[in-house]
Amino acid sequence: MEYFLQLLLGGLTRGSIYALIALGYTMVYGIIELINFAHGEIYMIGAFTALIMSSVLTLYGFNEVSIIVLSSLIALIYSSAYGFTVEKIAYKPLRGAPRLSPLISAIGMSIFLQNYVLLAQTSDFLPFPTLIPEFNFMKNYEHVFGSTELVIVVTTVLVMILLTILIKFTKIGRAMRATAQDKKMAMLVGINVNKIISVTFIIGSVMAAIGGILIASHIGQINFYIGFIAGIKAFTAAVLGGIGSIPGAVLGGFVLGWTESFATGYVSSDYEDVFAFALLVLILIFRPEGILGKSSSQKV
Amino acid sequence: MLNVSEMKKSLLVSIWFMFLTFPIMVIRVNPIEKIVEWRWGNMFLVGIGSFILSFIWRYFIRQKESGLKKVEMGEKIIPFFEKLRSGDSIYLRSLCMTLSCAAAVFPFVFSTYQTTIMTTVLMYVVLGLGLNIVVGLAGLLDLGYVAFYAVGAYSYALLNYHFGLGFWTVLPLGAVLGAFFGILLGFPVLRLRGDYLAIVTLGFGEIIRLVLENWNEFSFGPSGIANIPRPSFLGIQFSLQQATVYQYFLTIGLALCTIFVVNRLQDSRIGRAWIALREDETACQAMGVDKVRTKLRAFALGATWAGMVGVMFAAKTTFINPASFTFIESALILSIVVLGGMGSVPGVVIGACILILLPEYLRAFTEFRMLLFGAILVLMMVFRPQGIISNVRRTYELKGVPGRTLRD
Repeated sequence: MEYFLQLLLGGLTRGSIYALIALGYTMVYGIIELINFAHGEIYMIGAFTALIMSSVLTLYGFNEVSIIVLSSLIALIYSSAYGFTVEKIAYKPLRGAPRLSPLISAIGMSIFLQNYVLLAQTSDFLPFPTLIPEFNFMKNYEHVFGSTELVIVVTTVLVMILLTILIKFTKIGRAMRATAQDKKMAMLVGINVNKIISVTFIIGSVMAAIGGILIASHIGQINFYIGFIAGIKAFTAAVLGGIGSIPGAVLGGFVLGWTESFATGYVSSDYEDVFAFALLVLILIFRPEGILGKSSSQKV
Repeated sequence: MLNVSEMKKSLLVSIWFMFLTFPIMVIRVNPIEKIVEWRWGNMFLVGIGSFILSFIWRYFIRQKESGLKKVEMGEKIIPFFEKLRSGDSIYLRSLCMTLSCAAAVFPFVFSTYQTTIMTTVLMYVVLGLGLNIVVGLAGLLDLGYVAFYAVGAYSYALLNYHFGLGFWTVLPLGAVLGAFFGILLGFPVLRLRGDYLAIVTLGFGEIIRLVLENWNEFSFGPSGIANIPRPSFLGIQFSLQQATVYQYFLTIGLALCTIFVVNRLQDSRIGRAWIALREDETACQAMGVDKVRTKLRAFALGATWAGMVGVMFAAKTTFINPASFTFIESALILSIVVLGGMGSVPGVVIGACILILLPEYLRAFTEFRMLLFGAILVLMMVFRPQGIISNVRRTYELKGVPGRTLRD
């Protein structure tokens, strides 16, 4: 029973991270119908920036709280700057091009960013500092659910709530929904579509960076390649829940997290990634529109 | 062009990039020894580089826009290669003659090392042409193409290990197995559109690699399989050098065969169906093209070549392990197709030559190889989506009506 509980909570933690990254995919897809392949790389850059900044700040003798706050903040700023720039370079010139073009461009961007970090930094795994403090009241549950896990789940829930408020009740959220429904129409009613697309990339990148920092301090090490697998898995989560649907991405993240957690716990840990991919293939065969997605007829 | 506002724009771009690359390019930390290294030189380079590149970028964007306008105005831009083909065919014929002569004497003039490199290039030509069927003609973005390559390589290695089958027996078997796996992948993804398809094929490629890596009883895991015999010729055993030359000619044969088949396929009924499917799936079905069959054929025929090259690869290196079949390999083959021109056979040949030979001869370059591939994919899509040599659509000139053409 305890083993089961451990896997359940482990899956919850994993699922939260997948959900955070999947949101970025789903939002971008909802607006410009593009799989932003470079999204996983944004997540990796977020984690790297946090690692670099926290090391620098530690060396200059800042105290613990300011290190956590400052390095996370800088990481968020930088990853959103990267998300913004990637969109401007690789996707914006391709509006209206055939569907395959932006996708290939996105793959290129992803390969480019990976190797950029590899060349400018290192190919080795770097130890990530434990940014998240240990809480005393969690001591008794340490063996099933640590402080880091708690922080991850709580942060994810908070981010989800904020995002829902942003999309449902603010002006920019309404503009985003309008753009997602019909770009031309949105333009006609005076929405700056280019700006909305940029904002979407920035929001998605911020969430990816939050996910990156959380998972890096949970696992304790990062390298340039972490974004690739995480990106594919998060995409799986987004498809699982129905791409374009925000609650779907969250649900998909949790379903994927639990699937992986239980499958590695009860079947075999060698095939951790295979389960995720197999789940993706199965979902696409039997329910391509995802759990919460609406099936749409194809336009000619 | 070099006015103040342009300078200002470029200055802003360069400041933005200096800011953007600051933590990753400038600072390098060593968390174990607690050292921070500041590399201000890099920042300077980024600033200068992005300043110049932004001019070039805007210049090309303007070029592209004026090009589009010209097309809208009805001006016809004839690509260079098409001029070559439609003009005096003597040029083309003499070019072909020179190339084939050069190819024939190559292994006798240059060293074994050079021959090996050329063999590699030719293998990638075949792989590129195979992927070209799937991506270029049928418009199905396959990111797991390397899986079929792995299937071919492992089928030779394993069949030889367990049953002692020779190269020539396995070569057609590898092709069949490749096609089989192509259909196996094709079935579940039939209903999917472009972007979903890309991810599923990527997942499929990774599954194959992970299975090969972890299923030790079957594939000997990450340590791979060694001592795979080289191809024989009527039972004659070659020395290493002779074997290299022999392999070279075998690969040339395969490449020529592929070029011939792909060229014929393009103009055949299936080829037309693929192109129609690429342009518009729904309209294509309405015209009576069987979508299921056409797509499966594209997957199967594309994978066949990868299976064959896989067998050749195993015979060439005599050692294989899962590390040779990563996503990077798929990305490389895709870059070849994209750089050369999707759907264009000479384009793929040139693309393979550039992308394999460049890093081979510019050793200092090797480090930046992958960075370059990524950049090529993005830049080609932004500035020249049709590739170096664009595939020209066949047009029928209507005789007697000047200036009018019919598109087929």
